[in-house]
Amino acid sequence: MNARPLAREAALPDQGELERSLRHPRALFSFVMSWLTGLVTVLTLVPLFSVLWLLVVRGGSSLSLAVLSELPPAALMPGGGFGNAIVGTILMVAIATAISVPMGILAAVFLADFAPDGRTAIAVRFAAKVLTGLPSILAGVFAYGLVVATTGTFSAPAGGVALSVLMLPIVLLTAEEAIRAVPARMREAAIGMGATPTQVVLRILLPTALPGILTGVMLAIARAAGETAPLLFTALFSEYWMSDTSPEFLPKAPGDLMHPTASRAVLIYNFSSSPFDNQIELAWAAALVLVVLVLAVNLCGQALARRRA
Amino acid sequence: MRVQLAVRAHANPDDGADAAHGVAASEHGVGRAPTAREVAADRAFRSVTLALAWSVILLVVLILGEIFAQALPAMRQYGVAFLTGREWDPNRATFGILPQIYGTLYTSILGLTIATVLGLAVAIFLSEGFLAAGVFAVLKAAGLAYRPRFEALPERLEALLRIVVELLAAIPSVVYGLWGIFVVIPTIRPIAGWLHDRLGWMPWFSTPLSGPGILPASLVLAIMVLPTISAVSRDALARVPPKLREAAFGLGATRWEAILAVFIPTAATGIFGSIVLGFGRALGETMALAMLVGNSNVISASLLSPADTLAALLANSFPEAGKIEVGALMYAALVLLAITLVVNALGTWIVQRATATLEGQR
Repeated sequence: MNARPLAREAALPDQGELERSLRHPRALFSFVMSWLTGLVTVLTLVPLFSVLWLLVVRGGSSLSLAVLSELPPAALMPGGGFGNAIVGTILMVAIATAISVPMGILAAVFLADFAPDGRTAIAVRFAAKVLTGLPSILAGVFAYGLVVATTGTFSAPAGGVALSVLMLPIVLLTAEEAIRAVPARMREAAIGMGATPTQVVLRILLPTALPGILTGVMLAIARAAGETAPLLFTALFSEYWMSDTSPEFLPKAPGDLMHPTASRAVLIYNFSSSPFDNQIELAWAAALVLVVLVLAVNLCGQALARRRA
Repeated sequence: MRVQLAVRAHANPDDGADAAHGVAASEHGVGRAPTAREVAADRAFRSVTLALAWSVILLVVLILGEIFAQALPAMRQYGVAFLTGREWDPNRATFGILPQIYGTLYTSILGLTIATVLGLAVAIFLSEGFLAAGVFAVLKAAGLAYRPRFEALPERLEALLRIVVELLAAIPSVVYGLWGIFVVIPTIRPIAGWLHDRLGWMPWFSTPLSGPGILPASLVLAIMVLPTISAVSRDALARVPPKLREAAFGLGATRWEAILAVFIPTAATGIFGSIVLGFGRALGETMALAMLVGNSNVISASLLSPADTLAALLANSFPEAGKIEVGALMYAALVLLAITLVVNALGTWIVQRATATLEGQR
């Protein structure tokens, strides 16, 4: 490794040796591996397109307005739909959003701006990551113990609580990241003008970070809309509308909420093992609607994130 | 906090000058001190955010406590024998979850192995710019590479591929279950039959595939875990310091020599963390397994035999369970919680440590 001057007279290496040729085992190995990874990547995309293709073919053929607005059919009955499941899903996701979004965003403000390096913030971040990894069915067990066992009935609010446990960490962690990404000079300018920390948050940080926060909210909604397992423990399923009086699909009194509530995801699960063709076709149609919705929300969220970047 | 703000304001000479003219500026509504009401509102708002931040920690504690409380009666009644019992019979009130624990670990580990191989390949493919290089080569061959319209195409396609792989994670688990029942099982049935006929003497193929079973469940599980592994490993590979990358190529390594000897070892902790996180997801995955694993209480080494998992047991038995069985199910939920919590905390810790080390090297 001494600084020995390069021998001028050393012959230039053979040009042919430097050329990349597949006759060298090293180059051949690299070439083969490159193609192999490419092939594997394509292979992993096959399931995605297989799922989408099948949903369009099988779900699309039975999709109609009646399917979206009628009640689930009994065994051997023709027709029917999953209108009550759509209402139930929207209701429960709305409850979950109302709980998790304000809580997640305000906690994120604390983590990102008020005390980013404090011991509380570190503990909260760890707790949120633990919640991310919580199996969804255990969120259902938790809500079952907290709400169902206390109120004595399976209900939409219980389902909402279970879903909010799953949404909270997604909202919290993405909102924190979005708030942190706001340029420091904007914050400092506001402080320099005499704004209180609260004013800085409400007037500067949250409006600027809004696209990023919305991305997180949308991802969380997409996740919650597709969840099944926690609802088995909390909302169960129902063959009926939420209310007895017309229009039946709107809950009229608080009491109307406290019944088992239908959701699309549970309907797919129940009907997928059904021996009756009509119910299986409905499961496919419900899956198509569910996936279209989830992918649309997901892509919107990602588009928002890209515009910000 | 107030003192801190004052210090921050004076740290910058311009701000200091502003503060000196504060009285004059206040007539225009800028640069004045906050009023008493604003200070009070500020305090209240900050306490609210602090309380909500704490409530996240509280929520985790509450979840642990709630599940533990629900499981406690059954724990007293069945004790440790619950973990080693092989029978689940609500009519005779005998409960044991050994087959479920076995099935959970079997499907998770098998699914994880498949997902690791595939996910790592995807991560390498996405992080090393293979697609962009390939598209560029094709464009160059066609003489279009430097046309303005096609210039950004390689990068765009790569970003698109990344999104598509992430969409695998967006499809709800119950839809994967449906797909597994109607596509995966019919597809692998002839292959499984052939394996059983020819290789039936091996313990892994000793039973015929009657429909649902460990193999289809693990395959679908692998697809569901793959995005987690590929996304986290891709981040780890992308964080390999550029100087290492350049040094490897400067020494004359081929692309794959550099990947295998430099990039993967450097990113190893992060990749390992991604696998542990994927393991956590696989253990807790419920619906797809409940629909595909067969839900039968057997312990078999065969890939083609039906089995059961903890989460599937919960999902399948709960809606029709009586009071005694619900107690036993809560005990099973606690076992599942304990396993996933340990695995996830471990994975999070490893990924955090790996990120910190590599950021430090930069």
